[in-house]
Amino acid sequence: MTGYFIRRVLAIVPVMAIVVVCVFLLLRLTPGDPAAILAGDTATAEQLERIRQSLGLADSLPVQFARWLGLLAQGDFGTSLISGSPVTGMIAQRIWPTLNIAILTLILTIAIAVPLGVIAAWRHRTWADYAVMSFSVLGFSVPVFVIGYTFILVFSLELRWLPVQGYVAPTQDFGQFIVRAILPCLALATVFIALIARMTRTSMLEVLGEDFIRTARAKGIKESWVLFRHALRNAAVPILTIIGTGFALLIGGAVVTESVFNIPGIGRLTVDAILARDYPVIQAMTLLTSGIYVLINLLIDLSYAFIDPRIRY
Amino acid sequence: MTVQFKNRSFTDAEVVLDVRDLTVGFAGHPDAATVLGGVSLRIRAGETACVVGESGSGKSVTSLSIMGLLPKGSLEATGGGIGFEGRNLLDLGPSAIRALRAHKISMIFQEPMTALNPLMRVGEQIEEVLEAHTALPARDRRTRVLDMLAQVHLPDIERIYLSYPHQLSGGQRQRIMIAMALILEPRLLIADEPTTALDVTTQKQILGLIDELQQRHGTAVLFITHDMGVVADIADTVHVMKHGRIVENGAIETVLRQPRDAYTKQLLRAVPSLTPRTPRDTQEGEAILTVQGLQKVYGEAGIFSRSRPHVAAQEVDFTVHPGRTVGIVGESGSGKSTVARCIVRLIDPSSGKIRIAGTDIATLPPRALKPYRKHVQIVFQDPFRSLNPRWTIARSLIEGPVNLGIDRNTALARATELLAMVGMPEDTLERFPHQFSGGQRQRIAIARALAMEPSLLVADEAVSGLDVSVQAQVLALLSDLQAKLGIAILFITHDLRVAAQVCDEVMVMQKGRIVEHDTAANVLLRPQHDYTRALIGAAPGRGWDFANFRELAQASP
Repeated sequence: MTGYFIRRVLAIVPVMAIVVVCVFLLLRLTPGDPAAILAGDTATAEQLERIRQSLGLADSLPVQFARWLGLLAQGDFGTSLISGSPVTGMIAQRIWPTLNIAILTLILTIAIAVPLGVIAAWRHRTWADYAVMSFSVLGFSVPVFVIGYTFILVFSLELRWLPVQGYVAPTQDFGQFIVRAILPCLALATVFIALIARMTRTSMLEVLGEDFIRTARAKGIKESWVLFRHALRNAAVPILTIIGTGFALLIGGAVVTESVFNIPGIGRLTVDAILARDYPVIQAMTLLTSGIYVLINLLIDLSYAFIDPRIRY
Repeated sequence: MTVQFKNRSFTDAEVVLDVRDLTVGFAGHPDAATVLGGVSLRIRAGETACVVGESGSGKSVTSLSIMGLLPKGSLEATGGGIGFEGRNLLDLGPSAIRALRAHKISMIFQEPMTALNPLMRVGEQIEEVLEAHTALPARDRRTRVLDMLAQVHLPDIERIYLSYPHQLSGGQRQRIMIAMALILEPRLLIADEPTTALDVTTQKQILGLIDELQQRHGTAVLFITHDMGVVADIADTVHVMKHGRIVENGAIETVLRQPRDAYTKQLLRAVPSLTPRTPRDTQEGEAILTVQGLQKVYGEAGIFSRSRPHVAAQEVDFTVHPGRTVGIVGESGSGKSTVARCIVRLIDPSSGKIRIAGTDIATLPPRALKPYRKHVQIVFQDPFRSLNPRWTIARSLIEGPVNLGIDRNTALARATELLAMVGMPEDTLERFPHQFSGGQRQRIAIARALAMEPSLLVADEAVSGLDVSVQAQVLALLSDLQAKLGIAILFITHDLRVAAQVCDEVMVMQKGRIVEHDTAANVLLRPQHDYTRALIGAAPGRGWDFANFRELAQASP
């Protein structure tokens, strides 16, 4: 177990190294000179050279890379070209809203999708199954921003149950956080609920046909034990995989929701940075998102070993 | 040889289960054919009633009906009754029937490999029965489980309690199932082919264990099997099923000595005898296959392997002559299939020589190997998986010859001949595998192997998945083909009865080595090695000559 744990953690190193190199090269290899973009159309050759010097773009690529790595190691992502403030600080400020929304979305998704999938499989080929499957198709097909605006229209503008937009940190006022976050989270969750409910159903159907389920029923235990103690855990590996990928996508997909619901998270930070060609911020965001993705995949791999005693790589 | 039947009388014992005229049909299709057409059987306390029949006869449906475990939405009881402790089980609601399961009526299943939850410790799986049916505190439950583990003679019970199913052997898992089934001392135990997936020596132990616990607790046992040998060893009464009906029942000795029903007689006649056949004439000529010092090691030391290497086969030497059948017998893990697969070069041997048609093919690279493939062809155990389900039979049959450069039409003409030779109708060519029964598919698989005109046919447990009557037909077919074509057969089997009927020579393998190699008569009648003796000793019903309804005549020395 410990050996497996250590090997999996060490496997992150080469992955992250490749990511770092790619992110570095991506920026240097994109057509166009960041200095020229920064300086604008009217800059003189002298001004351009000065900007290049100050950005460190005059040195050779390996030197630039080494310097950049050195800064990264200290957690320094550079300073924003637009605001002039350190990127690390900017992200630290904006990451929490995004993470909080993502986590709440995840909890909502699991709480709704897994029971739906289990019921659909348990009541296979009945109206309950068909209802879950229809919802699933619908959830796939409607884009997030449509769902978002529909929710705002119905729950905020018509019914006036919930505020339209905005964000309150959970540490500040948890109730207000939930009230304001519930709509964006539901909007984000819809597609994942559809996906995970479907995955849960498929996986459960397969497991419910296994011999040990018949054994469990032959023991005379309650149907809920059969479903949750015996079947769900055996069906968990594919479900977890989707949940993990979903969570990583949530972080990446925060861009749309945060724009629709006006939440000050990294999604909006990224949009702003891209529009303004704020390279250090874009670089940092790319690295951060990759890092989160790799980390979540690691957590999922490790959780397999907890669920299934046969997994010992 | 004497046969000890259980000649116990149960007329005074209390009736535990009384199934009367039970009918089962397809749910929602009241007009469709019935699956069970009026089954009646009665079991008394302490009695072992065997239900025998071939696949599709309805024996498993009968047992699942009693447990209330018929697949929901597809099968349902439509009439008759299942009397148990004064109640008709068919009238009980879901929670009432649940309360009976494992408490009053228990069941054990065929596949110990898949019948246990792979993610739960086996101790906890047994404990769950107590949790569901008793109010015992956790501490007492554990004690009780450990006590039960000791009763099924598992070693090191504290460790076993904490083990997961994959850490245990097949026999140990079946002991766990038995412990789970009997921990609440039910009145009735239903055992559905509980030893079919086990090796004979393990089977003997498990049957002994069920018998021991039955005697101790006075349990009534409903034992479902297709194996007449097992029936002869354990049954008090036997019920023969065919097409959803019981065609004959009675005390074991009566049914085996004086079967009345034609189907019972047919079933008994199909049981292969343990008395070896007269060997075929040795033919002159060079050996078709010579194997020398064959060895196969899995997981040989390498940079990436941390596990210890496993020697699957070693020091294997033998030759096969034209027109002869050489058998390899042994239990699971003995290396018999490894040897077969090396000879066909489906796996690469680690060392040794395999000489076919004058060439050592043991180390030939794939390209050089190709022309030799036609000399050796293989027929696998499971005809349901060895034919491509999306290909017509014609396409499967001509693929090999066409690959070797034979003209398509010639190959098709040959395929038609071959199908006639294996006794399949003409329209077989354009049909798909799922349209055939297991026996028919195995015939097709044999035709496919023969399409290559091999000089050696390797049959790897080729009849193990078939019902006895079908098995007898396929064995007869192989024998005919051999006489007609003069091919040699390497016959891999775990079943000594089958080996006795088809093999001229028998090799016994244990732990990757050949421990005994002689004529079939010598191996079966005058075994030299302890392991061979143990195998023969464990063969169920070995003292009885089923086909002739009497004790086995003493073999003439």
